[in-house]
Amino acid sequence: MRFMGMNKQDWILFIGFSVVTLLGPIIFSPIGAGYPDLLQKFAIYGIFALGFNILFGLTGYLSFGHAAFLGVGSYTAVWTFKLLSMNPIPAIIFATIIGGLFSAAIGFISLRRTGIYFSILTLAFAQMSYNLAYSVLTPITNGETGLQLTQDDPRALDVALGRDYGAVLPSSDLFGIDMTGYPGFYFCGVMLIICFFISLRIFRSPFGMMLRAVKSNQNRMNYTGLNTRPYALTAFIISGMYAGLAGGLLAVTDPLAGAERMQWTASGEVVLMTILGGAGTLLGPVIGAGVIKYFENIFSAFNDNILEQAFSFLPETLQHIMVQVSSLFVGEGWHLTLGALFMLIVIFLPGGLMEGMRRIRNLFVSKPPGGTGSGGSADTPVQNPA
Amino acid sequence: MDAILLQILNGLDKGGAYALIALGLTIIFGTLGVVNFAHGALFMLGAFCAVSIKAVLGLEKVTLDPTQTTAWGTPLEIRQPYVEAWFGDLGATLLEYSVPVSILIAIPVMLLIGIIMERGLIRYFYKRPHAEQILVTFGLAIVLQEIVKSIFGANPIPQPAPDSMQGMVDFGAFLGHEAGNVVYPIWRMTYFLFSLGVIGLVFAFLQFTTFGMVVRAGMADRETVGLLGIDIDRRFTIVFGIAAIVAGLAGVMYTPILSPDYHMGMDFLVLSFVVVVVGGMGSLGGAVLAGFMLGILQSFASMNEVKEIIPGIDQIIIYLIAVVILLVRPRGLMGRKGVMEG
Amino acid sequence: MSILNIVDLNKSFGGLRALSNVNLSIDKASVHAIIGPNGAGKSTLLNCFVGRLEPDTGSVTFDGKSLLGIKPHEINQLGVSRVFQTPEIFGDLTVLDNVMIPGFARRDGAFRINAWNPVRRKGPIAEKAMAMLKDVDLDDKADQIAGQLSRGDKRRLELAMCVVQDPKLLLLDEPTAGMSRADTNKTIELMQTIAKRGVTMVVIEHDMHVVFSLAHKISVLAQGTVIAEDLPEKIKGDPRVQEAYLGGAHL
Repeated sequence: MRFMGMNKQDWILFIGFSVVTLLGPIIFSPIGAGYPDLLQKFAIYGIFALGFNILFGLTGYLSFGHAAFLGVGSYTAVWTFKLLSMNPIPAIIFATIIGGLFSAAIGFISLRRTGIYFSILTLAFAQMSYNLAYSVLTPITNGETGLQLTQDDPRALDVALGRDYGAVLPSSDLFGIDMTGYPGFYFCGVMLIICFFISLRIFRSPFGMMLRAVKSNQNRMNYTGLNTRPYALTAFIISGMYAGLAGGLLAVTDPLAGAERMQWTASGEVVLMTILGGAGTLLGPVIGAGVIKYFENIFSAFNDNILEQAFSFLPETLQHIMVQVSSLFVGEGWHLTLGALFMLIVIFLPGGLMEGMRRIRNLFVSKPPGGTGSGGSADTPVQNPA
Repeated sequence: MDAILLQILNGLDKGGAYALIALGLTIIFGTLGVVNFAHGALFMLGAFCAVSIKAVLGLEKVTLDPTQTTAWGTPLEIRQPYVEAWFGDLGATLLEYSVPVSILIAIPVMLLIGIIMERGLIRYFYKRPHAEQILVTFGLAIVLQEIVKSIFGANPIPQPAPDSMQGMVDFGAFLGHEAGNVVYPIWRMTYFLFSLGVIGLVFAFLQFTTFGMVVRAGMADRETVGLLGIDIDRRFTIVFGIAAIVAGLAGVMYTPILSPDYHMGMDFLVLSFVVVVVGGMGSLGGAVLAGFMLGILQSFASMNEVKEIIPGIDQIIIYLIAVVILLVRPRGLMGRKGVMEG
Repeated sequence: MSILNIVDLNKSFGGLRALSNVNLSIDKASVHAIIGPNGAGKSTLLNCFVGRLEPDTGSVTFDGKSLLGIKPHEINQLGVSRVFQTPEIFGDLTVLDNVMIPGFARRDGAFRINAWNPVRRKGPIAEKAMAMLKDVDLDDKADQIAGQLSRGDKRRLELAMCVVQDPKLLLLDEPTAGMSRADTNKTIELMQTIAKRGVTMVVIEHDMHVVFSLAHKISVLAQGTVIAEDLPEKIKGDPRVQEAYLGGAHL
């Protein structure tokens, strides 16, 4: 029962994932998330987290600098729009390549160290990129204003093909299909599906097994004749390419790139997405990205009026107190919720939501003890070291 | 020559702040084995101790004086802080010196915060992987800064230094150079001396007390000290409290230099972490040395002469040095072998 | 015909002379035991073979190539595998994965991006790994997470991980320490089978029962020097050995 080397469970997982993604507008509409702006955020940050997971989830290297690659991807994509064409395909290709090159350089140096030293090195590089984007690199990044399109951009390829956008500011379009609204989402959605497929292949491959071995015991790897550093570096570059692509897609849906995308708190966000969903699991990071972007959207839209309605069933004083307390966590206070969530997950559920689901499932289905086979299971978790 | 002297001076106060935060970070790491990303938040909380104390001291009694009217014809409001009303000149002095006064109050407050943090959260993470320690303390840092933001708002709140300490010292004249070339604000000088004092106290405490000896032994070899039947856990709670005090005091005294806002902790955290790593994780001397070194280098990098040669260097100098040092000396300037690898 | 030659090896730690002028030559397809009191430098010696330690002076030649100055993974790729005193395994992975990884290392070399095709449970590497697990009685635990195995099982797993690579030289650092008598006997049997396949083995061991049931030749190390090297039956009666090793008591 194999097709293209993948077994039945994996095909079911992949097809299920694709169906859910493509039917997103219908599936997520009951929870109020069925509109393209939010859905494409799910998809884009899903890609970002999927890539980060290949590094952190499999090899255990905790990078605190991945937002830099996201930012680089955005800048690259906007420049491609400006110089070449408003077609998103060259933009995301360049964003991925430049993200990969950038991460190859940073990864090559950072991976000379492990543990916290590695984290600090990646953090240092990301902060350097961020600071430079705001200062001396202003000609490339347009500093605080952010890089934007202008009417008189050269757009060499578009001009050569006789495409003229007239006097309006162009938006990105795929052979005439405007990349806003649903087409924009579907473009990102298809990318997400492709990225998920690649991630699935990596997880099931001998290469994926080697990456898990890097996390588990580098010493043993060396004495088994395996050179650990190129494995970790490859994972780093792949995750950098995913981040570059995600950054490029952000620019496709909204052709604007700012340095704040590169700040280290943004790197922290992708760590949270991955952990929340479950580092080292296939689906977890996408779920984590979706949950966070969903709640960010809902929570930051809340205001006192909505809260008062929500608690209107309570007596007035109680209602007042509840509104006061909960308003700390919503709207402007969304980051407080995020921080608290971060702590709760790390304290109580280090395996993330996927681990939680597994625990719940195990409550109902009693399974024989022991792990699952490497080739056959649907989603082999990598256990956290004790 | 004067320019160089001036830059060294300029780097001292920032270097002092880095050194104080890094010192606490490295003590916590060395003793408890915990990577504390919430340490910057302690610095920030210290700064907001000063803000709150000033606010409390500045609470005003409002009385209406019916004999006088304002331009709009309403009775004139006379505002007078309660401390002044109650204690007269002493009250006025208290208000004036609110920043130094805050130190006295910040010490017990920070100690308490430190102990609560350690007992309530950190101790459960002694045996967990460093990645999880980083993540949970990172979450805590976000929570703390958002709470501060919701109480004090998002804008920086200026805290003036006492009037008598607002002037400049003319260092050039002091050293026999031409007057007016090397001037340096008194408060920043004070900060530098203050940070030296605190560093001195911490070192003396670790060097000359039995408690300090146990802590140093614990930093060298935790297992063995535990085997000696010494209750290191309780001592380590106190160590955490002390580190919190040090970071908090660094924050209190820094408020006249940098108006505190809720994200100052995060800003300093990243830099202080770089300082700790450059100095060598778990090395006290390294943290202090690297703190001042990076502070001074940063101020050199922001000289126009330097920026003309290497544009943007002021923005990245600290990170650049961190990268170079980590690659050349993997364990930092004074780090021990085997700490934090893997 | 010797496969491993150690000439005038010296290693000091600070002022402590851990190895001084060690000369050894290990015959191909033999089992060579290194015994000696604690602190004699046995583990230090082994560490010099696999790139964990760099000796101060001297040479280590394996199969005509020097093992000094090259990385552990390169040494392994030359055909040297090592079992550690405390088992080094991939604790987060399944037992089967643990044995397949060395298989991939043997097939694909030190680094290869083999990221597209899934790991298959039916294929030469998986089948060889399963056969190996059967040899060490772990085949029924193939799907367990390796970190959850008992200590004895971990040691056998590590042995399997090394043997599955078909090494030319297998280094074992106290392979039976802490094992029950029954487990020890099983391990001896296993090592005898491996030896019969023509794998050269260097064994550090304290358990004389293990040493005398396996070794073709024994070297005695004391205070960093080889004080005796001979056939097992001769070593037994050597007074120098008894003096150094047991302070005069009889073996």
